[in-house]
Amino acid sequence: MKKFMLGNEAVARGAYEAGVSVVSSYPGTPSTEITETIAKHYDEIYSEWAPNEKVALEVAIGASFAGARAMSCMKHVGLNVAADPLFTASYTGVNGGLVVCVADDQGMHSSQNEQDSRLTAIAAKVPMLEPADSAECKAYVKRAYELSEQYDTPVLLRLSTRISHSQSLVESEERVTPPRGAYVKDAAKYVMMPAMAMKRRHYVEKRLDDMRAFAEDCEFNRIERNSAEVGVIAAGIAYQYAKEVFPDASFLKIGMIHPLPSDLIRQFAASVKKVYVVEELDPVIENHCKVLGIEVIGKEIFPNIGEFNAAQLQRAVYGGAVDSYRIEEPIPGRPPVMCAGCPHRGTFYVLKKLGLVVSGDIGCYTLGALPPTASMDVCVCMGASVGMAHGMEKAGGEIFTKKTVAVIGDSTFIHSGVTGLINMAYNKGGGTVIVLDNSITGMTGHQDNPLTGLTIKGEPTRSVDLVKLCEAIGIERVVVADPFDLDGFERVVREETASDAPSVIIARRPCALLKNVKYGGAFAVNNACKNCKACMKLGCPAISAKAGGVAIDAAQCNGCGLCTRVCKFGAIGGAEA
Amino acid sequence: MTTSIMIVGVGGQGTLLAGRILGNAAIARGYDVKMSEVHGMSQRGGSVVTCVRYGEKVYSPVIAEGGADVILAFEQLEAYRYLNYLKKGGGMLMNTRAIDPMPVITGVAEYPGDIPGKIKNAGARVVAADAFAAAVEAGSAKAVNVVLIGLLAAETEIPKDVWMNAVEQTVPPKFLEINKKAFDLGYHLR
Repeated sequence: MKKFMLGNEAVARGAYEAGVSVVSSYPGTPSTEITETIAKHYDEIYSEWAPNEKVALEVAIGASFAGARAMSCMKHVGLNVAADPLFTASYTGVNGGLVVCVADDQGMHSSQNEQDSRLTAIAAKVPMLEPADSAECKAYVKRAYELSEQYDTPVLLRLSTRISHSQSLVESEERVTPPRGAYVKDAAKYVMMPAMAMKRRHYVEKRLDDMRAFAEDCEFNRIERNSAEVGVIAAGIAYQYAKEVFPDASFLKIGMIHPLPSDLIRQFAASVKKVYVVEELDPVIENHCKVLGIEVIGKEIFPNIGEFNAAQLQRAVYGGAVDSYRIEEPIPGRPPVMCAGCPHRGTFYVLKKLGLVVSGDIGCYTLGALPPTASMDVCVCMGASVGMAHGMEKAGGEIFTKKTVAVIGDSTFIHSGVTGLINMAYNKGGGTVIVLDNSITGMTGHQDNPLTGLTIKGEPTRSVDLVKLCEAIGIERVVVADPFDLDGFERVVREETASDAPSVIIARRPCALLKNVKYGGAFAVNNACKNCKACMKLGCPAISAKAGGVAIDAAQCNGCGLCTRVCKFGAIGGAEA
Repeated sequence: MTTSIMIVGVGGQGTLLAGRILGNAAIARGYDVKMSEVHGMSQRGGSVVTCVRYGEKVYSPVIAEGGADVILAFEQLEAYRYLNYLKKGGGMLMNTRAIDPMPVITGVAEYPGDIPGKIKNAGARVVAADAFAAAVEAGSAKAVNVVLIGLLAAETEIPKDVWMNAVEQTVPPKFLEINKKAFDLGYHLR
């Protein structure tokens, strides 16, 4: 029976059916549900959250060397972190099959940049498959393991937000038990030092040639013959949009994005009068066509920024405007906000009040950059806050000296902030790092991490002691503070930024969405309110200033009580007030 | 013929679950179905969109401007925001609940008045209902999403019992009775 599955759930199902036995990943939208599904539904597979994508891929590589089928999943920027092991695993090849799933985020729904992972596949010289719906997600994963073992290579599976987070129908099949690769000690293959690596370097090129030949006649690339007037070359989600815009055209649907099938493309292009290449982000297929001397229409009419949709492609090809209802009135935006009861709100309220330069990081708390707290100056990538704060301090000047803090989430700190802190301690920095310890990986939807004391399966395990960790690095000033104790927290931040020594403030309060976090009932504004709007500076979504004065929305308020601490008139009380 | 239904609302309102009920109902009718969801950052109180498309063969999981046969809006401002996605002649089914976005909360923008009236004036067919009150009547304010699915169900050619099965199949068993009641109230809300 066919089941409705997210692309990510179908990838997980594919891993299960392919007999995968080890999966190690770091969460990142839109890739997270692959590993979550495996942990929840497929006990036959060992799964884990690693501290970062580099470690995750290294675990998967080790499992592959040991002979097991292995997988690692991440978002596009995570593949940058894992690029180092990937580029050399391309040389070693595999023992058990190794598949790396990478989910791009066209349109930056939940990312700090937009990058095209197909270029990483080309640079790493590893094959890449790109499914166009959930059924293909499952089928491609299974075939990817066969290819990985047949061609002795890691295989990249490229996903994107609209593939990972779209549901379509998938037929489930039985799990197979692949023969486990026998482990043979083979330094020439697995120990990459110059003399050995040079031999494998030649193998990599030979493998690419073999895979180019495979690409010409494989099930991933297919021609859908229709009108000879227009031909469309497309892959992944762009293929689905193009099918709606060009109902009569012939299609070359590419499922293997690297290496591309040159002869098949030539043959297809010769069979139609006009060729469109429809691909989101960079002109990868288009440039390949141009190198082959084939005239195609691509990025001169289709954007290289953001995601496509059928209406936009329609306009690009045929011109004209879509007939739809129009509104002239400006509509207020609805940017995401920190939840009611979010522990980060206290931290950013204090940082705003103190007017500090805040070097930020990746997570829910990046929302601290938005009004009204608007107290984040910079944010680049996972873990960068600590290094950047150190650099600002070393650059000196009165804006930064003793006025800069790094703000980083607990999971992000473990991911790659800790190395920045080691650098700060070692290189005699005097900065202040605030670790926002909300007891969970928040933004990606509550994954456990090395600080939570639970594994991906919710089993108790060892946990990192943040205080001892910072002390071991050489930080003598480590303070644990509650961000909802606004006065106390402010005092701690003042003291630590004033100090010449490097310091860490652990702002500890659990995420408001955790099941065990229970505050009392909703608060309400009483008639002591002077309408001073001090509470509005918190940016709580439950509090708004109406014509009749400030009001708390009981349906949204979770009773955290932070607003009662900024009200000087005692005008906020229990719901019965 | 593909039917395209867009569910819009504010992150945290339960649009995902509503989309899944709709998806399961369409599957039960034997359609090819695709659904696109939004996870990640916008789930933190941002504007969220779920698209469900069903028919003999569906390609894109996403609905483009002017492409939705029906929009089911969990919140007034979101109904207004996505009106240009409604096909000419399509129906806007909307909850009358208003949730202030941060620019309104901080006072840099104003929440537009009489949104249902303005959408009607633009020429669209509007069904506006207080799903929040119905959910409370059913036994939980959180059942707003299932009330709205009931409102939508009455608009489609999918029979009521197929919808009811989809509700049973999708919601947690613990809340089934409340949700069945919520669905029924929504079904007769117009």
